[in-house]
Amino acid sequence: MRPARKKRLYLILLIVAGVGVAAALALNAFNQNLMFFYSPSEVSAGKAPPDHPFRLGGLVTKGSVTRLTNGLTTRFDVTDMDKTVSIEYTGILPDLFREGQGIVAHGKLRDDGVFVADEVLAKHDEKYMPPEVAASLKEAHDKGVAAAAAKEVKP
Amino acid sequence: MIPELGHFALILALCMALVLAVVPLAGTFLRMPAWVALARPLAWGQFTFLALAFGVLVHAFLVDDFSVLYVANNGNTLLPNIYKVSAVWGAHEGSLLLWVFILSSWTVAVAVFGRNLPEEVQARVLSVMGMIAIGFLSFLLFTSNPFERVFPAPVEGGELNPLLQDFGLAIHPPMLYMGYVGMSVAFAFAIAALLGGRLDAAWARWSRPWTLVAWVFLTIGIVLGSWWAYYELGWGGWWFWDPVENASFMPWLAGTALVHSLAVTEKRGAFKRWTVLLALLAFSLSLLGTFLVRSGVLTSVHAFANDPERGLFILMFLMIVIGGSLLLYAVRAPDISRGGGFATVSRETLLLGNNVLLVLMTVLVLMGTLAPLLYDAFGWGKISVGFPWFNSMLVTFMPLMVLLMGIGPLTRWKQQEPAELVRRLRLALIISVVAGVAVALPLLGDSWSVGLAAALSLWLVATLLTGLKLRLRARGGIGSLWQDFAGRGGRSYYGMWLAHLGVAFFIVGITVVTQFDVEKDERMSPGQTIELAGYSFRFDGVQTAPGPNYKAQRGTVHVSRNGAEVALLHPEKRVYQVQRKPMTEAGIDAGFMRDIYVSLGEPLGNGDWSMRLYYKPLVRWIWFGGLLIAAGGLLAASDPRYRHLLQRQRAGARDVLPAGGHA
Repeated sequence: MRPARKKRLYLILLIVAGVGVAAALALNAFNQNLMFFYSPSEVSAGKAPPDHPFRLGGLVTKGSVTRLTNGLTTRFDVTDMDKTVSIEYTGILPDLFREGQGIVAHGKLRDDGVFVADEVLAKHDEKYMPPEVAASLKEAHDKGVAAAAAKEVKP
Repeated sequence: MIPELGHFALILALCMALVLAVVPLAGTFLRMPAWVALARPLAWGQFTFLALAFGVLVHAFLVDDFSVLYVANNGNTLLPNIYKVSAVWGAHEGSLLLWVFILSSWTVAVAVFGRNLPEEVQARVLSVMGMIAIGFLSFLLFTSNPFERVFPAPVEGGELNPLLQDFGLAIHPPMLYMGYVGMSVAFAFAIAALLGGRLDAAWARWSRPWTLVAWVFLTIGIVLGSWWAYYELGWGGWWFWDPVENASFMPWLAGTALVHSLAVTEKRGAFKRWTVLLALLAFSLSLLGTFLVRSGVLTSVHAFANDPERGLFILMFLMIVIGGSLLLYAVRAPDISRGGGFATVSRETLLLGNNVLLVLMTVLVLMGTLAPLLYDAFGWGKISVGFPWFNSMLVTFMPLMVLLMGIGPLTRWKQQEPAELVRRLRLALIISVVAGVAVALPLLGDSWSVGLAAALSLWLVATLLTGLKLRLRARGGIGSLWQDFAGRGGRSYYGMWLAHLGVAFFIVGITVVTQFDVEKDERMSPGQTIELAGYSFRFDGVQTAPGPNYKAQRGTVHVSRNGAEVALLHPEKRVYQVQRKPMTEAGIDAGFMRDIYVSLGEPLGNGDWSMRLYYKPLVRWIWFGGLLIAAGGLLAASDPRYRHLLQRQRAGARDVLPAGGHA
């Protein structure tokens, strides 16, 4: 091999090795930063990880929003029309947060089953429903319909 | 009647695009000069009809013609006129109309300013742009007609989303679209070159200024978007790694790689295949961005209600564009000649490194953006990729890139003597390492990341100054600065200089604001004072204040420091009358060294409010850096050498293809 070609080969090998290492690091970090989405039904069924942060979404239950003593902590329930989970959040809620609205919260489950959120997202557009929330609502609804149908058949 | 005129103009524009896409292109192959000559008038025709259509829609908004469904949904008699105009691109149909209108403007720009190109090259470029216009015009006409009527017409319109009633957002989409769509010019040049089988340094010289201008618009668009998010969303963030932001960031990264790779192709004739591939990539990512924004497949803060079927159309179009162009590339690439060789230590190698890093970042951002879609498609669960991941990726690769960025401009093309390079870099290296360590020590900054940022930005500044000194010394001292600036190639160099300086500002801004910003969410009663970062914030309660189309709760906050008043801020909570949507309008005291930012949360009874108080040091440097980058790009694109060389090329090309048609 001519020296110039050899040099180029080394250069290419160096780049490939560098990119390889970078990709490996990136993928590793990627897996640690994934946030899974769980619906209230899944959380109630104990499917959500107890010690890892995740996202929880649903509709804010009407009449459930209460402010805890004097501070900035708010407590409210989210539902997928089947099961309900309580969320606690300290801070200022987004403008579009209101009862009946679909929201997604980031946070962790506390031992008493309350979801402690560090971020609550409500969307720009009130017609908009986060796709995850829409899907879980539909799932819960389908389940409800199936259960109702089963009941009708049984007796 | 007038809206129908707009609709009709759209149909005519589509007809023009159809002819433009086929006839001039065929003419260049069949050697029919009359067909080739049609390209320019057709580009003008398409532009005229689209301008007419666009004007009609603007008119419909201005006169509140609610018999047009799109106006009825997004317009309102109470809207101030400026927002009536910006409402044109406030939702899906209108923003697509803006997209094609801008595309036709770029097409006309190529027809006018590309007069220096060889006739057949220009015709092919215009034809390729016509093909893109066909895709978007049929999308517009068949799935999202902005001129659709509604009967009976409502008395009052549904109003533009209040969040978009803002000056920053009135100009952000047009800028961003100018960038997105501008990438189509680089794409069209690449496709035209592949079709013609002539891919050389001249091609790079032709497409370089176009690519630079598109990239400048994209940069400005992203900066505006970031600035808007900062002051309008009410929580002081300026970048969220949101899918839609990523959608604009990916073409920017690819475009940045392209701008640098084009430099190598122009100067040295190397990296040709790679450059073509980047041009295809940058435009494909622009289309992907459009798809992500318009289809609503991803959860995003930008996700306004939209329609999945339209997403399918864009996805198909995307596949045709990517598939078709890659196929063409695969067929033609083996014919592309190899460029000039270069040694291991040379500017080419460093620019190659820059390209590898930029493309790597593009791929990572793409992965993080599309992973939720893939996971969902494979049934692995519904995920989102955490904010920290993107940040850590940027923090990992940015320093490497900045390191290369300092060395590159000081390195010779083709071959560089390593010892000489080390001698040139020595001083800059010492300054930046010493300063970095000093800042990282507990005495000063006590933060390794601020130390790193200080080292990197000083490294950039020091190497830039070294480069300037060497350049001016070779040209006869500091006195020749102006002469050098005005001469051929001067603006390219000073453009690079300015843009790289912008990166230094950007790095410092980002690091300081993330490390040293102070933030407090507090419950405040009227008359109460809160201390934050050496400033006192006195809350003087909230009054009701009317606006043109909203009612506001207007807070009063006195900010003082050591007893002297610094600013009087009025954060607002607005409720817009039609959509009944609450909106936070932050009170900001902006400064070059720091921002003070106050926003209202919600009323807690007895006149108490939850309030958000921020102290953000150097946050403006982020956007200032971005604007410097854009200014540098613009300066480089205006270099006189492009015009001179184009004229020379044209004179040469005349001999190849006689205009008379007797060939």
